[in-house]
Amino acid sequence: MDKESLTAPVKTAVDKFQLVPEFLKVRGLVKQHLDSFNYFVQTDIKKIVRANDRIQATRYPHIYIRFLDVRIGKPSITMDGSVEDISPQTCRLSDRTYAAPIVVDIEHTQGSPDNLKKEIKRNIIIGKMPIMLRSCCCVLYNRDEAELARLGECPLDPGGYFVIKGTEKVILIQEQLSKNRIIIDTDKKKNITASVTSSTEKIKTKTTILMEKEKMWLELNQFPKKVPLMVVMKAMGMESDQEVVQLIGRDPRYSLLLLPSIEECTKNGVFTQAQALEYLDSKAKRPMFQNTQAEKEGRAFSILRDVFLANVPVHEDNFRPKCIYVAVMIRRIMDAILNEDAMDDKDYVGNKRLELSGQLISLLFEDLFKSMTTDVKMVADKLLDKSDKAKNFDFSRILVSRDNISPGLERTLSTGNFEVKRFRMQKSGVTQVLQRLSFISALGQMTRVQPQFEKSRKVSGPRALQPSQWGMLCPCDTPEGEACGLVKNLALMTHVTTDEEEAPLISLCYSLGVENMEHLSGEELHTPDSFLVVFNGLILGKHRRPRRFATAMRKLRRACLIGEFVSIYVNEKQCCVYLASDGGRVCRPLVIADKGISRVKAYHMKELKDGVCTFRDFLRRGLIEYLDVNEENNAMIALYEEGATLETTHIEIEPFTILGVCAGLIPYPHHNQSPRNTYQCAMGKQAMGNIAYNQLRRMDTLLYLLVYPQRPLLTTKSIELVGYDKLGAGQNATVAVISYSGYDIEDAIVMNKSSLDRGFGRCIVMKRYVAVRQKYQNGTQDRILRPNRAADPGGNMQILDDDGIAAPGEIIKPNDVMVNKQSPIDTQTHGSIANLPDSAYRSSNSTFSKCHGGEVVDRVVLCNDKDSNMCIKLLVRHTRRPELGDKFSSRHGQKGVCGTIVQQEDFPFSEKGICPDLIMNPHGFPSRMTVGKMIELLGGKAGVSCGKFHYGSAFGEASGHADKVETISETLVRHGFNYSGKDFIYSGITGCPLQAYIFMGPIYYQKLKHMVLDKMHARGSGPRTLLTRQPTEGRARNGGLRVGEMERDCLIAYGASMLIFERLMLSSDPYEVQVCRKCGLLGYYNHKLKTGVCSSCKNGDQISTMKLPYACKLLIQELQSMNIVPRLKLANA
Amino acid sequence: MSEEENSMSEIENQEQNGGVPDYIMDLEDVPSKLPSHLQVLKTRVICNMDAPQHTDTLQYSGVYAALRVDNSVRLDSFCNNFKVEVKRFTDDDIEFDMIGIDPAIANAFRRILIAEVPTMAIERIYIANNTSLIQDEVLSHRLGLIPIDADPRLFEYPDNAGGENNEKNTIVFKLHVSCKKGHPRITVKSDALKWLPNGSELIADNTKPNADSKAKTFTSFSCSQGSRPEFSKKPPGPYNLDIILAKLGPGQEIELEAHAVKGVGKTHAKWSPVATAWYRMLPEVILMKDVKDDLAEELVSKCPVKVFDIEDIGKGRRKATVVNARACTLCRECIRGGQEWEDRVALRRVKDHFIFTIESTGALPPDVLFTEAVKILEDKCERVITELS
Repeated sequence: MDKESLTAPVKTAVDKFQLVPEFLKVRGLVKQHLDSFNYFVQTDIKKIVRANDRIQATRYPHIYIRFLDVRIGKPSITMDGSVEDISPQTCRLSDRTYAAPIVVDIEHTQGSPDNLKKEIKRNIIIGKMPIMLRSCCCVLYNRDEAELARLGECPLDPGGYFVIKGTEKVILIQEQLSKNRIIIDTDKKKNITASVTSSTEKIKTKTTILMEKEKMWLELNQFPKKVPLMVVMKAMGMESDQEVVQLIGRDPRYSLLLLPSIEECTKNGVFTQAQALEYLDSKAKRPMFQNTQAEKEGRAFSILRDVFLANVPVHEDNFRPKCIYVAVMIRRIMDAILNEDAMDDKDYVGNKRLELSGQLISLLFEDLFKSMTTDVKMVADKLLDKSDKAKNFDFSRILVSRDNISPGLERTLSTGNFEVKRFRMQKSGVTQVLQRLSFISALGQMTRVQPQFEKSRKVSGPRALQPSQWGMLCPCDTPEGEACGLVKNLALMTHVTTDEEEAPLISLCYSLGVENMEHLSGEELHTPDSFLVVFNGLILGKHRRPRRFATAMRKLRRACLIGEFVSIYVNEKQCCVYLASDGGRVCRPLVIADKGISRVKAYHMKELKDGVCTFRDFLRRGLIEYLDVNEENNAMIALYEEGATLETTHIEIEPFTILGVCAGLIPYPHHNQSPRNTYQCAMGKQAMGNIAYNQLRRMDTLLYLLVYPQRPLLTTKSIELVGYDKLGAGQNATVAVISYSGYDIEDAIVMNKSSLDRGFGRCIVMKRYVAVRQKYQNGTQDRILRPNRAADPGGNMQILDDDGIAAPGEIIKPNDVMVNKQSPIDTQTHGSIANLPDSAYRSSNSTFSKCHGGEVVDRVVLCNDKDSNMCIKLLVRHTRRPELGDKFSSRHGQKGVCGTIVQQEDFPFSEKGICPDLIMNPHGFPSRMTVGKMIELLGGKAGVSCGKFHYGSAFGEASGHADKVETISETLVRHGFNYSGKDFIYSGITGCPLQAYIFMGPIYYQKLKHMVLDKMHARGSGPRTLLTRQPTEGRARNGGLRVGEMERDCLIAYGASMLIFERLMLSSDPYEVQVCRKCGLLGYYNHKLKTGVCSSCKNGDQISTMKLPYACKLLIQELQSMNIVPRLKLANA
Repeated sequence: MSEEENSMSEIENQEQNGGVPDYIMDLEDVPSKLPSHLQVLKTRVICNMDAPQHTDTLQYSGVYAALRVDNSVRLDSFCNNFKVEVKRFTDDDIEFDMIGIDPAIANAFRRILIAEVPTMAIERIYIANNTSLIQDEVLSHRLGLIPIDADPRLFEYPDNAGGENNEKNTIVFKLHVSCKKGHPRITVKSDALKWLPNGSELIADNTKPNADSKAKTFTSFSCSQGSRPEFSKKPPGPYNLDIILAKLGPGQEIELEAHAVKGVGKTHAKWSPVATAWYRMLPEVILMKDVKDDLAEELVSKCPVKVFDIEDIGKGRRKATVVNARACTLCRECIRGGQEWEDRVALRRVKDHFIFTIESTGALPPDVLFTEAVKILEDKCERVITELS
């Protein structure tokens, strides 16, 4: 007997699935957004205000205002001076911003400069902060379902977005490279560089050190050209070359590489700090405006102190930490030169930070707050200059009157253009309107991660799937086309960290035996076996027993004595211990294992199930911990407990959580070809279904709903976690896989007419129309009149109610009036406004011009907009049954249009009398390899026959979250079906059995938003563009159908010259011109003389009339305007 | 080639003579029946593991001419052999065997049942008030799909009346439910539909009401339907009284009038009188070899619908027998497991024996539905004959 196997501890597999819903209960699907916003509201905003808490008058420094505290109040709105609490739903309906007041407590001086009193004022509102739904400031925070329903809110709605002027806006997660970290990379010339993007509250800079032509250089924005690094070292007080070498490390290879740089330095005649500073002064960029202080110290000195590696703090002009930092950078460059592996990967997720809404808003708020304080200061200074005002000067009054914070925040969130002048930061497209096409599309948008790269770059690296994305970012969910691989989505269990207090952690490190680098000589820094300890990119010092240190820190974390998201990562290659507590790191929970034995036992799970303990308790008891991407490198993670070995340190909670929300809907995704899952991720967002429980109370511009949405017969665990089973977007259709009628080629599907009659695929399209009763400058305003139905020549007033607005429930005909509105003709001159005669008004009806027939007025909502004009919103509903050309898709990226609709009696039927709802062509399978769809069919069939929902979670067969095909087949056999799901089918047309067994069963089908009704278009004659007189383009403008280049080529090849002439000239833009045969220029037709005249020959002798396209005439004239003379030479044909 | 020509001429001969010449049939060596293997192919569908074979029927009278066998359809033999046996008969459905008929004709009955037997269904809805959650169109759609328990034979098609809605072609129902404020939610079911024997009560507002004459409604009944004896016994109404139509919250109300007219399933599935109607061919399970002992046990356990049973043949030996071939659902479990099982068991379908099932939606009993279908087919045939003659 093997001794080891005997002593090995006993393993038992525990179903850890329950942890996933518990996790989502605690963290929620969009918890990253909420956490980030909560952090901003609770902590960050206070920090910002504390950092800029004092405004004082320039001339009288003792007149000041000091912010004592800042808070966010309850979401409310001020209407005519009274404050009213608001709910998000009222904001959506009435086009308002869901915002809460920013309340400050201030201390300020009161009275004249000579006689000052201190006064404390509380609860002063300085602006309004848009509130993220479901955040801690929101009225929906911690409400139960009944309370949410009372507020008109859907309990399944995740929140995490803002309501700005009635539209829901999401701040997308932004992906960036890590700040304050050394990244070794190569530049365009293949030089090895080490770059640090420093980011502090004051400044954001980028410092690059590179090795070019064997010498080290520094690149910094403030130096127009790169400067020798050794000079910089000397300028920072590192005068001795030996010390530099010692700092980098005594390895002779390092010194060899450093030698040319040192020589360069001597060649430049720089030996002392003073010389070096002088040298750098000459290289530095001349500042735009004189800064006296910087001038005094020397420009180079201030650059080195404030700009160069700004993340490394300089206390009392002590440059030593910066020198060490530079030395570490040089050392890493040299490592990379000596050993290719030491290069950093920019695409590695551990080198990425996700910037969330909280961070972006805090940046914005800081900027706005600062500009507000300077603004207040300026006004105060101006007031204080006038001696009479200064007597009784009240600072707080100015503060209240200056509100640029609320419009600033509102504007930025509604346009998505972030502009922070201090950092010269300009981003557009940061916010997006929340897509309410389906429940999943909204959720999918919340987890979307937008890259900072420009999309046009043709590099494959950032687009490729990174191994480090495992468990953090969904491998399936990415768009196709230009943003492929750049736009990513978070996985189900991902958490994005927020900032954590640094100071206690740093002092903890020192007390755990980190030797402060200030006390170390260069020689000691890199002694073998000692590791540098780097905290958030800052070198703290070194530790002689790094592994022990890391274990100690981890123990503290597991005991919840330090934050659960602090990551400790021992990098053996770089001899560093990296600690991170900064925000924006992605991490995920994992079960801790000791020597391969999971700490989570069955009784733990039982307690969890019974509700005795929660996910938090698991964290607190040290059963589970969060690992970020870097720390994962120190862990050995087993997928299942069975696969754990003695080295295993962690065990995955559930394998399907590597997928995101959208990919989680796919049953058996692990049986599909991977692009198919990607296609489905894109298509799931276009599927119609239920949007939210409050969908019928919403007034969106466009809303697609399914009349009878169903829950998928073949579900996954993700579906239940997300709530897709409650807000489905599709129907379970019985599908027969046969080739039928030939109208099913190229993925088209044949539909059963009776199924459609019974409501399959029926959908509702709701469209919003708005009419505004405008108020004008002169006090007049539009009026809405009671319609005179009797005298209604066009019959367009029939649907109007007595109030002059279309009545709910009325069926709309084309050109029907929606609001019987009249506007005053004169809106400029002031005069008697009351009782304007009828003649002073003109009709300004809004009508329903485009109409398919069958549209119904669903609802009418009246509200006031921000200028207190009455706003009439009409929701028009159109119920549509599927028709030829409507797009459908299964959950496996298999989309197809409806090719034909066939009577039920012509449809094949099975021995049990089952007639399929739709027929799919079998040719869709071989090339697509969507085996998952076949298993879905089997599972669905087994499900309907045994009355139980079957599961198809990703990778779920091993853990029992997906039914195995064998068990499904057994169920099928038990209910008298063939094990392979193939039935004996009779043809509905001949009545004879078909000569093959047919694969038939239910598959969940989604109706996609693309419908022919919205797309079909044809025209005979119609509008033309003004400039070229050619037919307009596009369906919206009732445009023509273009005979393009290729079509033209075909006609040329065929020789159909008259057809080309007709299409390109007669049907497009024929024009008659007068051409002078003599000079070849265009003339004009003189209607008086009834002849053509050439304006350059000044006569009409040799004028011919010819036809040519108007575009050609235009070209000739445009050329003439550019001093090019095109002449037409006419000849008899 | 010459043989073929011969056979062709023979066929012509046969046709001229109206069949096989008698003297040939009198000859001794001429087979009057098909050889057994061909007979099987002609009358049975062979359901192999991979695919069914010989699924179609041979219509042409001279297919077996080379074998001197007549394949023409003969009325007398049809009359002699055709049989209908009712196996199950309830209010809602019927299962019967139709023996000795061609699949095409059986299918014609099925198709007519689904698409051409008329029923009454709600076609027009006049909504006076609907403050419920459910949209007007959706509610109308749901109402349309309710099976109406009214004999369609007592009504005319609406086009016969030239667009006028009279008591001969329209049944009017009223639905007026409301949920009072402060009450809990109520569910509106199909039993809320109330029959209006005197026609519509809603006033068509496009006509001006005259002082002297009665206001014009959406129907013009000349007499009350209630006076008709068929209705006095059994007033028309929804067949199922528990179909959920809508749910009303406090303060919501639905008031509408629904007009049911006669129509066929071809136009809309709501007029289809059957939930579904279908047939299957009679299963035939044959043990080609004796299956004994353990194999027999295995065979019995394989079948999920208990087609096989075990028979003791003495001396402790057992043999598998087919006891309930009719139950076979063609799951092919018995022939799964290799070629040897396919050799042992033969699954077949009898081509001219149909197990026909009709599930009625309720307007007419299932047996009447079938006779109606037969009448429609008869009508069609007569129409063809008259067109041809």
